[in-house]
Amino acid sequence: MKRLVLILLLGVTARAVEPIKFGEIESMTGKEAAFGQSAHKGIVMAVEEINAKGGILGRPVVIVLQDNQSRAGESATIAKKLVSRDKVAVVLSGAISSNCNEAGPICQNAKVPFIATTATDASVTEAGSYIFRNCFVDEFQGAVMAKFARENLKLRRVALLTSASAIASVSLSKIYRKSFTALGGEIPVEQKYSEGDKDFRAQLTAIKASGADGLFVPAYYTEAALVCRQARDLGLNFPIYGTDGWEAPELIEIGGKAVEGTYYSTHYTSENTSPEVAEFVKKFRAHFSGEIPDSMAPLAYDAALIAAAAITRAGTTDGPKVRAEIAATRDFPGITGRTTIDAHRNASKDAVIVTVRGGQIKYVTTVAP
Amino acid sequence: MTTQSESLNSQLSTPLSEFLQQLLNGLSLGAIYALIALGYTMVYGVLRFINFAHSDVFMVGAFIGYYAGKLVPENTIWGGLVVLALSMLGCAVLGMTIERLAYRPLRGAATLNVLITAIGVSLLLEYSGQVFFGAAPRTFPAIFPVKNFSVGGLVISTNQLSVIVVAALLMVALQFIVHRTKIGTAMRAVSLNPKAAQLVGINIDVVISFTFGLGSALAAAGGILYALNYPSIDPLMGVMPGLKAFVAAVLGGIGNIPGAALGGLILGTVETFVNGSQWSTYKDAIAFAILIIIMLFRPAGLLGKFTVEKV
Repeated sequence: MKRLVLILLLGVTARAVEPIKFGEIESMTGKEAAFGQSAHKGIVMAVEEINAKGGILGRPVVIVLQDNQSRAGESATIAKKLVSRDKVAVVLSGAISSNCNEAGPICQNAKVPFIATTATDASVTEAGSYIFRNCFVDEFQGAVMAKFARENLKLRRVALLTSASAIASVSLSKIYRKSFTALGGEIPVEQKYSEGDKDFRAQLTAIKASGADGLFVPAYYTEAALVCRQARDLGLNFPIYGTDGWEAPELIEIGGKAVEGTYYSTHYTSENTSPEVAEFVKKFRAHFSGEIPDSMAPLAYDAALIAAAAITRAGTTDGPKVRAEIAATRDFPGITGRTTIDAHRNASKDAVIVTVRGGQIKYVTTVAP
Repeated sequence: MTTQSESLNSQLSTPLSEFLQQLLNGLSLGAIYALIALGYTMVYGVLRFINFAHSDVFMVGAFIGYYAGKLVPENTIWGGLVVLALSMLGCAVLGMTIERLAYRPLRGAATLNVLITAIGVSLLLEYSGQVFFGAAPRTFPAIFPVKNFSVGGLVISTNQLSVIVVAALLMVALQFIVHRTKIGTAMRAVSLNPKAAQLVGINIDVVISFTFGLGSALAAAGGILYALNYPSIDPLMGVMPGLKAFVAAVLGGIGNIPGAALGGLILGTVETFVNGSQWSTYKDAIAFAILIIIMLFRPAGLLGKFTVEKV
């Protein structure tokens, strides 16, 4: 009899503390592994903090992490597994825009909110009402870099090197061209490559022949680093600059001296002196053996906390109710600034421009939307 | 710095120097394809099957170079040569081991069985590579001293030059081995008629083993040269260059050694010129379209003849 009561009690408590699952789709391995590795650390930190405060609605949070290996097609499979087998409450992803566009519609159909933490392409959130993002969009980022090149770097003729197989790269080049020519600049040539390419000498030779005085490369870090190396090899010593896809320790590791003096736009810098950021950097370094967080980690950290706050307000993990609460996020205080989700389910945030100097990332300027 | 770049830019504005620069880029890429293509073509010549694992031996070659590169001082010629030799040796052993364990037991079986085994070995190498080396790209060290110098608007990097020189030297050495040595004669004999070769006292196992070792050593050299020019290496890095080199081997006439070299150079040059034009998105499509066209007119490849000696 006693044993039966015990089992019943255990059964009751077990049900009461059934954890809330946060699904996570990251590029933990492969070409964009640096993004996933960093974003995951941010989410791990957020979830540990949530659990230390007693979880959400009295339930602990667990992360169901899945790796898309930086490969096209994997994210869709993973999203299906997360929503149907794991029955996660929300899906978070620090993967690139092309990958988020695979996973988003699946979460939309399953009525599970999806938050892209760093995917900047406009199309990501256009896929449906359950898809959100916690970062600026390329419309803004492309314009910021065009203005920076024209006004700060005083460039006149800028060549573009676009990845034809990455959706964010294609639209960034389009936006850049529009903004830069509107500012009186010229685009003498646009060259293209495909994801995974390693030889850019042909494109760079054509760019050199075009007489450009600068090069905009909206690429991911592996390609960006190789582009810089080969450009310098070919004697192209003009300014080269890119976007948030450049942000990874590998940029400097692979690029070495060639990336010195390059610029890119991103979401956040650890050099920010505000108390929230300083506190975050301190906690992060203590947690991950002295590593300094790049922008993927704080964006993912903020996104996890936004999701947690929405579930708390909704009082349930029911998809439609959580969706409504995420959409209602206003002035949420985070590490990457105050987040307000607009009618298009995007967050509007400052862009930071950084440069590589002495093998270190140095802050240059902040641009508000 | 700035003045230098301006002068370089103005020098390069002429279409001729742009053409020469692209040609140099294309030849250095083509030389790497050629080195890998030689391995495909040699194995085909002797065994009449495509060793799909060859492109992954190329990858292993680059990784051996990556680890060996940490043991020698960077930016020295002797250090670079030691790394190159170590990697070629390591891959020769790997190639012979693969042949001994995976292909020899199937000798005499249907060609399709061996082909499937080759694909299996290829996948085994790729994914064990992910386990042992990790899936994230690694940065290949600068094992040779690098210098860029410009000649009349043409910027030549020593890396590009060394690719072409090393590839040329290795091809000459290979021609010498195949045509002027005893083992080379044996290889050609096995390629012509394995049974007859055995009857006149040639040990087929030794010859085939040697062929795999030689081909794999060339793949390793290709891997090192590739990694020097594109210093980001990962376990799947062999897939695309391997495919291109295979195309190059077929293009030149599979089984024919000069054909493989020619095919590699053509493919690399075409790819580079397309890449530098506004149709760069279609570079692979155009490269493969050329293959189809050549195959239509010369089914045995550019230098391949059905009766020619094959090694």
